[in-house]
Amino acid sequence: MALQSPEQRIWWNEPLTKVEVTWITISFVWGLIMFFAMIYWHLTGEQNLSNETYQITPDRFAERTEAMADQYTVREEGDTGIPVVHPPPGSDIYMLGRLWEWWPVLELELDKEYRLHLASVDWQHGFSLQPTNINLQVHPGYEMVVTMRPNELGQFDVVCNEFCGVGHHTMVGRIYVVEPSAEPVSSGEPAASDAAGEN
Amino acid sequence: MASAANFRTCPDTGLKVDRTAEALIKANAVVAVVFLAVGGLFGVLVAMTRWPAVHLLDADMFYLVLTAHGADVLLFWILFFEVAILYFASAILLNSRLATPKFAWLAFIMMVVGAVMANVAVLQGDSTVMFTSYVPMKAEPHFYLGLIIFAVGALIALFVFFATLVVAKNEKTYEGSVPLVTFGAITAAIIAVFTIASGAVILIPTWLWSMGFIANIDTLLYKIIWWGMGHSSQQINVAAHVAVWYCIAAMVLGAKPLSEKVSRTAFLLYILFLQLASAHHLLVEPGVSSEWKIFNTSYAMYLAVLGSMIHGLSVPGAIEAAQRRRGFTHGIFEWLRKAPWGNPAFSGMFMSLVMFGFLGGISGVVMGTEQINLIIHNTLYVPGHFHATVVAGTTLTFMAVTYLVVPLIFRREIILPGMAKWQPYIFGIGVAGISLFMMGAGTLGVARRHWDITFTDAIMSVEVPGTAFLMMGLNGISALLAGVGGAMYVVIVVGSVLFGKRRDEAVAKANPIIFDGGAAVANYGSEEQVKVPGTIVLVAIFFTAFVLYYFVNWKFLSEVWPLS
Repeated sequence: MALQSPEQRIWWNEPLTKVEVTWITISFVWGLIMFFAMIYWHLTGEQNLSNETYQITPDRFAERTEAMADQYTVREEGDTGIPVVHPPPGSDIYMLGRLWEWWPVLELELDKEYRLHLASVDWQHGFSLQPTNINLQVHPGYEMVVTMRPNELGQFDVVCNEFCGVGHHTMVGRIYVVEPSAEPVSSGEPAASDAAGEN
Repeated sequence: MASAANFRTCPDTGLKVDRTAEALIKANAVVAVVFLAVGGLFGVLVAMTRWPAVHLLDADMFYLVLTAHGADVLLFWILFFEVAILYFASAILLNSRLATPKFAWLAFIMMVVGAVMANVAVLQGDSTVMFTSYVPMKAEPHFYLGLIIFAVGALIALFVFFATLVVAKNEKTYEGSVPLVTFGAITAAIIAVFTIASGAVILIPTWLWSMGFIANIDTLLYKIIWWGMGHSSQQINVAAHVAVWYCIAAMVLGAKPLSEKVSRTAFLLYILFLQLASAHHLLVEPGVSSEWKIFNTSYAMYLAVLGSMIHGLSVPGAIEAAQRRRGFTHGIFEWLRKAPWGNPAFSGMFMSLVMFGFLGGISGVVMGTEQINLIIHNTLYVPGHFHATVVAGTTLTFMAVTYLVVPLIFRREIILPGMAKWQPYIFGIGVAGISLFMMGAGTLGVARRHWDITFTDAIMSVEVPGTAFLMMGLNGISALLAGVGGAMYVVIVVGSVLFGKRRDEAVAKANPIIFDGGAAVANYGSEEQVKVPGTIVLVAIFFTAFVLYYFVNWKFLSEVWPLS
């Protein structure tokens, strides 16, 4: 029994049965498949995180976000006073998390790439894009850059899914995805950003 | 020396029982059940608030209660019970005295003081930081101090356990290798040392920071090390509850492991690889490379998963072999149909095995895949997963073994046996519901740790699919069911300990609970000669479900916005 010492003192020399060998082999191979699947997806899949991160002070990140908003604001979101920003495709776009909002509202064009910069200016937050359900952790002091290509039209909500105090459940933001505008705003090439690299 | 210890001989097993060890097992188990009762009640309140139609607590109270729920059931209930298991697996199973009983009592007192202090801090209202207490969110200093005192107490208990192993070896209280259950307990204890060390490395500076002695704690560093404690502590549970599965199967059915070598190798894989899982919480973080994520999240090519998959064959295999030896040899599943389903120790254990594998295990591996985590991180899917591993896995197993601990250690008969028979089913079905419906809601994007999915107070409206509301309601109903099952457990256990009929020699003879009387088991060891076709079918079903669910989630991932 499992409650007593093994019957055979030299238990480590027991031969394995066929059932055990088969199952261990299947399990081991399955483990390898799952391991290499992650690497394979980095090579061929379309949903991967870049490893691009910068350390940044909250003030500096807020400045950059505001600079983008100043330049590309197209309207206000209802009567909230929050700007809706329509940056050119291919550009560096910013969304900051703070107690308790995602700022600003972004308006993006369908099937265009953007370099999204995410950071918090106070506590940790969870960037959760709904209903598509993309979830990223957002830290203060770290700026994450991920290239994003919206592939469906409509209104998307950003909620916070990392607990951030009593107002956590009121922390929301928004991203609109619209048809590309008639005249090309920029080349459409993902701009090798000069802003991002120098943090 | 040995003569200093005061032993009794157990009428059920014939084992020599050190009365000090017995008293410590009782004390730790009793306190564990108190924390389960308190923490479980908090859990029901959380689920009643997340049920949109009920929405019981206000926001402040909800987050406070959620913080307390995590600490009380994830940490305190489980660790007190695990200390009891460690003393049982060392002193009792090895026929030994417990080493340094004074330190064991010191450990117990420190754990109680620390756990109470952390609870007081949370209930005072200024330490609503969740179980994870991510910086720069700050709790009161005595919140961290309580956790530190608790952890140091647990560390002392671990050293008492290791010292007892040395004493037993030196005093030759057993022959050959330690029993498999003890081996599993050693696995849990080794992982626990790593866990507590990680906790000390991060909680002590955080405590100093909360008092103003340290200016800044890096948020990413905090998370990496904190999860060295937070996730590894759940791996202690896995090792401990798998050891208890073997223990219950052996006690109730006289089951022997199919192969000592295979089962022990599986535990060894836990020791070597389980602790890498801190990475599971960092898969969508900035500042951590993909290489680091892939290696760590997969426990170095899924070698710890391999350990669990091996136990997934050898635990039911041991049960099938024991049942077939008793004559249940018709067809593939007679052994399972005629298993002692009316014995709560067995039914609880077997349900735990199935739910841990199918719900907890598969979901854990899938969400721990680097890229798939993008569509799961911090949604309700995460608590859905760990309620399957920790509640259906660990808590249900510990409940099941209590039906053996009360008669064997407390020497009391179980009161209300009719109710005890139903308890694991009611609790188990409730937990299965909690787990499945939270995973379902998470798949629909519902956030974890969130007071209001209607977003009434938010500046912009957020649309949440109607199905998510249905899921949260079903989760609430399941939580009520689990709450009833938990309350039944507490009533039965407390009632039995206080008012149960004393289990003297005559009672023990009339109502044996250990298969074959234990002492009569002269022929033990491996059982590789018996065929186990039923287990092969079960394992094949499990594997098929695993593979299908895994690839379905890659499909889900491939449909979201391209990211690079």
